[in-house]
Amino acid sequence: MSGLELLTWARGPGLALALAIGLFGIVLRVFEIQALGRKADFAKARAITPGSGWRTIVSRSLPPPGMLKRAPLTYLGGYVFHIGLAIVVFGFAPHIELIRGLFGIRWPGLPNLFVDAATVAAIAAMLAVLVGRLTDPVKRLLSGFGDWLAWTLTFVPLLTGYAAFHHLMENYTLLLALHILSVELLLAVLPFTKLFHVVSLFMARWYNGDIAAKKGVAA
Amino acid sequence: MTATFERGINSFKEVLDAPIASFFASCVHCGLCAESCLFYTETGDPQYTPIHKLEPLRRTWFQEYTLLGKLAKLAGLSKPVTDDELAAWEPLVYDSCTMCGRCSMVCPVGNDLTYMIRKMREGMAASGHAPEGLVTATTRAITSGSPAGVKWVTVQAQIRRMEKQFGFTVPVNQANVDYLVLMSSWEILNYPEYLGAVGRIFKQAGATWTLSETAYEATNSGIQIGASDLARELVARIVKAAEELKVKCVISPECGHAYTAIRWEGPNLMGRPFGFEVKHILEVIDELHGSGRIKLQGSIDKPLTYHDPCQISRRGGVYEQPRALLKELAPQFREMNDSGTMNWCCGGGGGVGANERAEPLRLVSFKRKKAQIEELGVDTLVTACANCRVIIEEALEHYHMDVEMLGLTELVADHLEESAS
Repeated sequence: MSGLELLTWARGPGLALALAIGLFGIVLRVFEIQALGRKADFAKARAITPGSGWRTIVSRSLPPPGMLKRAPLTYLGGYVFHIGLAIVVFGFAPHIELIRGLFGIRWPGLPNLFVDAATVAAIAAMLAVLVGRLTDPVKRLLSGFGDWLAWTLTFVPLLTGYAAFHHLMENYTLLLALHILSVELLLAVLPFTKLFHVVSLFMARWYNGDIAAKKGVAA
Repeated sequence: MTATFERGINSFKEVLDAPIASFFASCVHCGLCAESCLFYTETGDPQYTPIHKLEPLRRTWFQEYTLLGKLAKLAGLSKPVTDDELAAWEPLVYDSCTMCGRCSMVCPVGNDLTYMIRKMREGMAASGHAPEGLVTATTRAITSGSPAGVKWVTVQAQIRRMEKQFGFTVPVNQANVDYLVLMSSWEILNYPEYLGAVGRIFKQAGATWTLSETAYEATNSGIQIGASDLARELVARIVKAAEELKVKCVISPECGHAYTAIRWEGPNLMGRPFGFEVKHILEVIDELHGSGRIKLQGSIDKPLTYHDPCQISRRGGVYEQPRALLKELAPQFREMNDSGTMNWCCGGGGGVGANERAEPLRLVSFKRKKAQIEELGVDTLVTACANCRVIIEEALEHYHMDVEMLGLTELVADHLEESAS
């Protein structure tokens, strides 16, 4: 299969397949969680409370007092990576074009130089958190195959995207095809790895905030 | 019922609900929960990472309630949970977790790890992997009415002492009163002045109250050990007394887990809402003070701080009331670093204090509180949980620290305006 054939497959059937698996996976995983249900709470909730599930969805994006100092690499690495990735995914003009083609919605893109810097920052942050994961005893204890897989699946699209943009390989078509395929693999596998947190954390944060809010605490 | 491994696993399956599934599904293994847990920060031992303490429960969820997990189990890629593993996890689930809830405030994906530990303990207890000290205390509570074996005659002796000292009558088994007052074992045995303080406060407020001969003990070790059936039996005694006596409100004493047991878990253990209110003593005092029914005078002329009992503050929502009272009583009141809902636990809640095996670890973990007190440079520590008080007093002794502990209810009673009495 030539680079062009691969690119054609990736843009057509490959994308459809990845989206179908990813979507099916998300629906399945959300169902698996919600099907377990939640018992009614008979304890009378406080009438006045500073908290709520919705509040925690937002507030948990910020480190609680004192925590940034305790784990600067985890927090800063996390912010730079997540924000950088969001800029790349939703700010790069060709990505917006793809989204417009799929869903018919569009917005203005960010300057290429800015997106490029965000890519470098996200790659650097990913390398930094990888070193953190390899060296920190707590993270090492918690890490398994799924963690290395999730890191790799996220890193390859960033790296191939960066390489394609800068034409770092002679065969640009093949490189672009590999970039698109790596993103498709990420989309298809996302619901079945810890990357599913992009969906489930909204539920987790909401439950946490709701449990605390009933007691009069903003969690 | 005999504890067996099967019962334990069945219990794990039973407690797994949508919140827990969303928590496990969201964990990204960032390790931040470790940084929020005093058992990790003070030892540096990664095994005390909160999410790691939940590993057997997580695998049960993964293998039983996810398609991928079921396939992984069939293919032999995910090991089944074993009895040996639960035995190995016992010290992690009971000795190194006070269910203080700090990790639940920190987890960036929003996992309420404490909620999960509480549920996991159900399976641990059902499989026979709960610490002996807690099992004994719970059995004793069921048979004698109190985990410490405190009998009504002991309470009667304290009643007589307090009546003699303060010159009021302690009402017993009185129906149609405002408040049913409960005590924890510690208050009956170590701090009877609590009863004296409550009596003095209610006398000035003109509030009607009673003790109950059948429900005087608020400590609920069923909650700590994770045995809902036993916890229900202990709560049921209080509910029965409150309903028979037709009281308006049941007052949880200065005891953290007692408050959680009766206020938040109680109605769920009984399977119905209560027809009476449940309040912590600080809520009641704050209301009586706010409505002018009690008046305070004088002040404590020395720097002091307040230790937030986790179950009352972070897991109970009572953090403004003690501050409102202390700001009036103590002009030199100072906050610790990390206070209120982000406080650090004393290290002995959630049954850890009743678990002898955990003592060396508990004393190491106290270094966090020690540092907080030393940073502030105060030598008076006020709190509102008799268990925190016992744990802290013991640790202060261990570290040769000259710090005085005070109970807030008692402090308020000592500063009631005399002319108003």
